Amino acid sequence: MTFEKIAEIISENIGCDVSEITEKTTFEDLNIDSLDIAEVAMAIEEEFGLENFEASPSMKTVGDLVEAVENAMS
Amino acid sequence: MNFKILGTGSYVPDHVVTNDDLAKFVETSDEWIAQRVGIKERRVSISDTTADMGIKSAKKALESANVVGADIDLIVGATISADSVCPNLACMVEREIGADCMAFDVSAACSGFIFALETAMGFIERGIAKKVLVVCAERMSKLLDWNDRGTCVIFGDGSASVVLEASEEGFYDSVIHTKGGDDVIDIPTRDGISPFYKVEPKNPFLFMNGQATFKFAVKSISHDVKELLDKTGLTADDIDIVIPHQANKRIIDSAQPKTKIAREKWYINIERFGNVSGASIPIALDEMNRNGLIKKGDKILLTAFGGGLSSGAVVFEW
Repeated sequence: MTFEKIAEIISENIGCDVSEITEKTTFEDLNIDSLDIAEVAMAIEEEFGLENFEASPSMKTVGDLVEAVENAMS
Repeated sequence: MNFKILGTGSYVPDHVVTNDDLAKFVETSDEWIAQRVGIKERRVSISDTTADMGIKSAKKALESANVVGADIDLIVGATISADSVCPNLACMVEREIGADCMAFDVSAACSGFIFALETAMGFIERGIAKKVLVVCAERMSKLLDWNDRGTCVIFGDGSASVVLEASEEGFYDSVIHTKGGDDVIDIPTRDGISPFYKVEPKNPFLFMNGQATFKFAVKSISHDVKELLDKTGLTADDIDIVIPHQANKRIIDSAQPKTKIAREKWYINIERFGNVSGASIPIALDEMNRNGLIKKGDKILLTAFGGGLSSGAVVFEW
């Protein structure tokens, strides 16, 4: 569920096809930079009701992002 | 009591640095900077000091306002790149324009113009000053690590000034915020050579956490504009012109829809000047004024954010 929502957020913010995104997809594959990730992080905060969700530089894949959101919510 | 703007002036150094010029010594490209930041070129000082630029824009603003230095009751400078810690920028301008008045600086980085207007308004409201010169000048090029492609491509040098006059007519309101800390943006001063001080000196260059700055900027614009509209009872449609701080085109792209103020009302000139810190907004204001893009009665909203962290928005009638 978290993955589907995050994939949708990424696709809306980056303008890529949601079907292209899997948990293994890297940010590099999507050709997105740190400011795109900041935009995605803001949309995640809104969607999941999180405050100050930071995407750390160690996150490389969409799966890493999903895991971080799940940790922040637990 | 309100103010009206009697005149505006700006000055940027002649030397143009293009993205291709930067790509010669840092790993970057014109395509990346233009697409990802929205900047095509910026001005960089070869010989102008910060005060030189401030004095030049101040003189143009006085001329545009049709007043002389001796008419000014207060000079508020806004800079984070003054040539000296003391005297401040405003004092250097005071001497060169032939004024004899109060002169001091405020330090609020990219929000400097907003904080300076608010300070000026306090003096006007108390009846202490009738004519105020606000001077923003920045030589950002001296604060940068020119090997850091993350920051050196973003900033430019320049200055702009406005002359304000107390007025019963018109309209002014504002919101100002700070969220103190040096973890997101930090611009150290020199550490000195005290034989007693044992702390390891900081990296002497401008530091910025790009992601955190981006989030703060987008949230500040959307929050401050909403708060200001709520406070004044104005609607998004009532605003004629928005001049945002020109930090990064993507910040504006991301924040603008959240404010509900139509895109065509937002003035953007970042492609030619880059981020000139506190001078960005008044440079844009002067450019619009000189190009006849502002009509009497227009409601102009300025929104800025930056180091401090600081943010603020003001709305006034032209």
